[in-house]
Amino acid sequence: MSQLNATKVEKYRNHFLREVEANVEEGHWVKMCMQCGVCSGSCPLGPYWEHPPQEIFMMIRAGKREEVLKSSSMWFCTSCYNCIARCPRELPITHIMHGLAHYAKRLGLAPQNQATPKFAQYFWDNLYNGGGRVNELKLGLSLYFMNGLVEGIKTALKMRKIGQGMYFSKRMNPFEIFGGHSCKDSQGLKAALNKAREIEEAKAAQFKG
Amino acid sequence: MTDVVATNQTILVVGGGISGMTAALEAAECGKDVILLEKNPSIGGRVAQLYKYFPKLCYPTCGMEINLRRIKANPKLRVITLAEVTKVTGDAGNYTVDITLQPRYVNNNCTACGACSEAVEAQFANEYNYGLNQRKGAYLPFYMAYPQRYVVDPRIIGTADAEKAKSACKYDAIDLNMSTQNIQLTVGAVIWATGWKPFDANKIQPYGYDRIPNVITSVELERMMDPLGPTDGKILRPSDQKEAKNIAFIQCAGSRDRNYLKHCSRMCCTATLKQTTYVRERYGDAGKSSVYYIDIRAIDRFDDLYQKVKADPNVTFIKSKVANITLDKATGNPILNGVDTEGYHRYNNPHDLVVLAIGMEPSVDFSRLGIDIKVNEHGFIEADPSNGGLFAAGCASDALDVNRAVQHATASALRAIQVVNQVS
Ligand SMILES: Cc1cc2nc3c(=O)[nH]c(=O)nc-3n(C[C@H](O)[C@H](O)[C@H](O)COP(=O)(O)OP(=O)(O)OC[C@H]3O[C@@H](n4cnc5c(N)ncnc54)[C@H](O)[C@@H]3O)c2cc1C
Ligand code: SF4
Ligand code: SF4
Ligand code: SF4
Ligand code: SF4
Repeated sequence: MSQLNATKVEKYRNHFLREVEANVEEGHWVKMCMQCGVCSGSCPLGPYWEHPPQEIFMMIRAGKREEVLKSSSMWFCTSCYNCIARCPRELPITHIMHGLAHYAKRLGLAPQNQATPKFAQYFWDNLYNGGGRVNELKLGLSLYFMNGLVEGIKTALKMRKIGQGMYFSKRMNPFEIFGGHSCKDSQGLKAALNKAREIEEAKAAQFKG
Repeated sequence: MTDVVATNQTILVVGGGISGMTAALEAAECGKDVILLEKNPSIGGRVAQLYKYFPKLCYPTCGMEINLRRIKANPKLRVITLAEVTKVTGDAGNYTVDITLQPRYVNNNCTACGACSEAVEAQFANEYNYGLNQRKGAYLPFYMAYPQRYVVDPRIIGTADAEKAKSACKYDAIDLNMSTQNIQLTVGAVIWATGWKPFDANKIQPYGYDRIPNVITSVELERMMDPLGPTDGKILRPSDQKEAKNIAFIQCAGSRDRNYLKHCSRMCCTATLKQTTYVRERYGDAGKSSVYYIDIRAIDRFDDLYQKVKADPNVTFIKSKVANITLDKATGNPILNGVDTEGYHRYNNPHDLVVLAIGMEPSVDFSRLGIDIKVNEHGFIEADPSNGGLFAAGCASDALDVNRAVQHATASALRAIQVVNQVS
């Protein structure tokens, strides 16, 4: 358990709802849920979730901190917005799902083997290290090899035709593998991102006991 | 109609439903001069469209008959149908009201013999049955209509049908030269008893009322139960006219939902409990009801009915707001999809028929009527001192059941009496 995580547990013990309200994007909406079930019934990914949104909201209120934050459920959200469109109380469910996922990730509780947080991390690293632009070739390759060398080669072979097509239609430049292009003032952007992280962490630190 | 006399001691009641009839009668029986205006060809309102009514599950015709006797017996009360208010100006104790009267094309000679109706060929959607069947272009709105006079539909005026109706009438009761009239009245106080209308079910897209034939509304089920109604008292599936025995009720259809009506319509939980007894009445143990709900709001003494229905093994309660309805093309069955709140189980339940417990909204958009009256965020009339001598009665003020609507109407009659008593 990380230091930040340990102190939070202390501070909130049975007050997970308050913790969510303070730290999770749109978290203050959770208490407005009337448990009608429309979001869960409307979610196209519903059958694959361990805990549908309605249940996640109830678990938050019941103080089930570990079960919620370690859950893979909210990482399944595809942002289709079906739930938001139908929720009788207009809860921004999609945003809360992403907020919870993000918060769990910050605390180091996000599930290790779920594809979505992995991809999010690749994407971010690629953008941050690549000077403000996503290098699609590198991102694609890192995804291919996400599950090991053999799997990666298999996927690369399977996708060969698409790769060639993209190359001939000038959609992909193989030389991007040697660095690729970045945005203007990529150092400035990095500094801005670092500053943003610093502010976020300072905000989170307020809740350290 | 131009012979209507009114003074600033007169109380005008707009809307002839149970609330308007009550307010008008209470005031008239206290000795006040009262005019009751109704926009339809008959008074009675939406209670006259119910099969039975809770809590006692008696027939509304009985209460209607008592009120009609009181109305006929009271010389202080004047009923005017086919009338709508277009403008109100002035202050408490002295209002000028503009009224438009639509022609009925039938005069006082009518004996309700029905010969005109038989002669006419054109048919139109029957409003009384929420369009579930057709009626003739010359018609009696419903069997207990008051006044008991036929109506000629303005859409047949100028056609051969109108002449057929006229020549069929042996009592010289049909006058095809009647036309729209505008009159002006001076009154001391106005009671708005304009009631409610069912929320437009087509707006609730996930429930497919417009796409899936076997999804109906609660008001339509009331009409189906009437032995003289569009289905002769049988609960029939619109798709194949087969009897529906496995029926789902969806609560809060349009209510308690920020996408539609924000308020709780209050009477629809009890109305559904009542309607599950209809299913049992028709089909005994072969009739199954499933109620999908967020929570059951059967307030105070309606809890008795709730307990009784809960004890019926043929009625199942599923705590869940249905997410959407899909159609099983092979059987015509609507399939209800959702997740329940007691265990978060996913379900896809087929039923023969789905009844939407539709919400109530005000029948009149007062902001458009050009009348200076305060309404709340749901469009119902507020009890606000700035309304002066304008009052609401019954469902014009809120979503209410009959009991509460009538109590409210009696209170509004007292308020109006206080206003006209101060006029010298
Ligand atoms: C499915 C269903 C079942 C129900 N069952 C029950 C039950 O069993 N028991 C119970 O207690 N309640 C029941 N209710 C509730 C009941 O219908 C209402 O409480 C009742 O209709 C209220 O009467 P009202 O006179 O206020 O309004 P309404 O019945 O709506 O009457 C209003 C009248 O005003 C007229 N009007 C409207 N606008 C104008 C205008 N601009 N000018 C002139 N006239 C106008 C209308 O034509 C109508 O005649 C049920 C409701 C539903 C939806
Ligand atoms: S749809 Fe909205 S109110 Fe209903 S359970 Fe989901 S979040 Fe709660
Ligand atoms: S936005 Fe996310 S949670 Fe909402 S319905 Fe779509 S996938 Fe499900
Ligand atoms: S209008 Fe004439 S024909 Fe029609 S019901 Fe009345 S009396 Fe009979
Ligand atoms: S009375 Fe019942 S069905 Fe009607 S809106 Fe309220 S909770 Fe929903």
